[in-house]
Amino acid sequence: MPSLYEFANPVRFERWARPAIPWLVGATTLLLVAGLYYALFNSPADYQQGDSVRIMYVHVPAAWMALFCYSLIAVSSAVGFIWKHPLADVAAKETAPIGAAFTFLALFTGSIWGKPMWGAWWAWDARLTSVLILFFLYLGYMAIWRTFEDKTRAARLAAILAMVGFVNIPIIKFSVDWWNSLHQPASVFRAGGPTIHSSMLPPLFLMAGAYMTFFAAALLQSMRNELMARRLARIDSGEKKTAASLVES
Amino acid sequence: MRAVQAIIARDLRLAFRAGGGAPQAVAFFAVIGVLFALAVGPDLSLISKIAAPVIWTGALLATQISLDQIYRADREDGSLDVIIATSDELMVTAAAKAVAHWLSTGLPLIIATPVLAILLNLDRDAYVPLLLSLLIGTPGLSLIGSFAAALAVALPRASLLISIIVSPLYIPILIFGAGAAAAGAAGDPQYGANLSLLGAATLFAAAFAPIASAAALRSNQD
Amino acid sequence: MERADSDTAARRWSARFCARGVGVSRGGVRIVNDISLDLDPGDVVILTGPNGSGKTTLLRALAGLLRPDEGAISVNGAENGLKSVIYCGPQNAAKTALTVDENLRFWAALYGAPGGRVAEARAAFNLDPYADRFAGALSTGLFRRLGLSRLIIAQKPVWLVDEPTASLDAASSALFLSHVAAHRRQGGATIIATHDALDIASARRLRLSEEAAA
Repeated sequence: MPSLYEFANPVRFERWARPAIPWLVGATTLLLVAGLYYALFNSPADYQQGDSVRIMYVHVPAAWMALFCYSLIAVSSAVGFIWKHPLADVAAKETAPIGAAFTFLALFTGSIWGKPMWGAWWAWDARLTSVLILFFLYLGYMAIWRTFEDKTRAARLAAILAMVGFVNIPIIKFSVDWWNSLHQPASVFRAGGPTIHSSMLPPLFLMAGAYMTFFAAALLQSMRNELMARRLARIDSGEKKTAASLVES
Repeated sequence: MRAVQAIIARDLRLAFRAGGGAPQAVAFFAVIGVLFALAVGPDLSLISKIAAPVIWTGALLATQISLDQIYRADREDGSLDVIIATSDELMVTAAAKAVAHWLSTGLPLIIATPVLAILLNLDRDAYVPLLLSLLIGTPGLSLIGSFAAALAVALPRASLLISIIVSPLYIPILIFGAGAAAAGAAGDPQYGANLSLLGAATLFAAAFAPIASAAALRSNQD
Repeated sequence: MERADSDTAARRWSARFCARGVGVSRGGVRIVNDISLDLDPGDVVILTGPNGSGKTTLLRALAGLLRPDEGAISVNGAENGLKSVIYCGPQNAAKTALTVDENLRFWAALYGAPGGRVAEARAAFNLDPYADRFAGALSTGLFRRLGLSRLIIAQKPVWLVDEPTASLDAASSALFLSHVAAHRRQGGATIIATHDALDIASARRLRLSEEAAA
């Protein structure tokens, strides 16, 4: 009975997700305050880049989150596709806009960081270009969810696309690196970013932690919203139509 | 096997008959080239420099514009039901549809390429690398594109959605394809490596796109 | 239930079609519920019901084109017996840019039918004069006859036919019914969804009804 399965799990989800959200929000605030303090005041300026290196603390964790979120979408999609777990589909769907926002943040801050380095807002740096393509992958994935009204079908198709996209990420990444090495000299980000001094690590990890807890809180809240909206839709459609069955005539 | 041949033969017949999409894709391809030239201005050396990338981009866009028809017409007139119901292996059928699409779109584009190349003043040394890269790369475009078409088969106007889905997936083929064309023309030693990577990308698409297409078609039936 | 014919020499199949507790949803809405049906060789079921009652959805599910939420469908006891079912939907699955014969030959290839079946199917629905005409140039009724000729090409034991006679004149309807009669004599089973009052001897008439589910 798929319907029982569908009801039981979201109920249990609601029971632990709701109290978890305030804790996650609190953790995000603490980590963010600490991270920003270290990033802005308590870490050295780069000897070449000066204070603009501090953009890294916002940029690099955002790029990490961009990839992490897409991976999570792919894994949730596989779980939803293979085991038909309804929560997995919802998790994949609701991760996408948050992941896309992190991706956008990475692109935006990367561009700001690039301006003093390259003298241009965009210099077709290999890493940034890969992140841009990842952003397009997010757009395609979200477009599927937006265009199909039938949520079960949308879930299946979006899952297929997410898995195909995930398999292609290494290939795309490789092709962009290849393209960049043919056309461009090495740039700021290429050699693993500017050499990381150990004093740069605490703010980096604090910020990454803040992003992570923020992501978890945002994901749980959007999943709750989505589950609630679906329950309403189900009640609504149940009132409109009763299924037909056969009678002799 | 007979069914696979019949599907390919039928799709080709439909593509080249009145109302079929094959001539339009070629015309669109030519138009892109001309528009580029007009936008750049009559600077022959600049035009000949961008000729190969423009032709590669044009081939990619002309392919993209024709993807929508791969499955949608069959779905609208009910023949997709017949094709799915009679398929022993849906992925074989999906591969056949992609092959038919390449024969009716990719191949005509390659045949039209030399004419467009003349218009764009392509260097004489660049013809063979460009045509070879298109020959290896465009089947990959058809394969990946047919997957996107299968995803969007249930939507009435899906061209835009298909383009959004397919563009990031096309990037490796574009990079290796245009890269091979450029390296070949310049006598760059990277030519061979680019061609091999391009071939690998197409083979990868050949291995996975039919499976994904079949899954998408099945999901769109329900 | 009366058997259509006892002429065993002409029998090609003994098609037993069975559906148990089938429920189908579309877009998250349950359309039909708890459908159970048994057809013996030679049986015909006429399926009626108002627009939107789910006739097409049910037929597509029975044909294996839609995955039911629950329930089991089998032909001669085999769950994967759905290859012995043909579904003829309201669309004709024919290409307007192909001629009548090209369409027939394409189907023959898909269904693995011998080439001679093309002429047989064409003759069965009186399409001989139109063999080389483009399907797009056929009238609605002729186009429908082309669509129905798939039944003759495919030669499947179970026919699921959706609104077969909606655009047919009286003579063509009679022609279709004569093929249904021949199909029964051969031991085939048939389900027809229709709004027309089809005159078929000893057919079971079933109605899809929403009230019954409430």
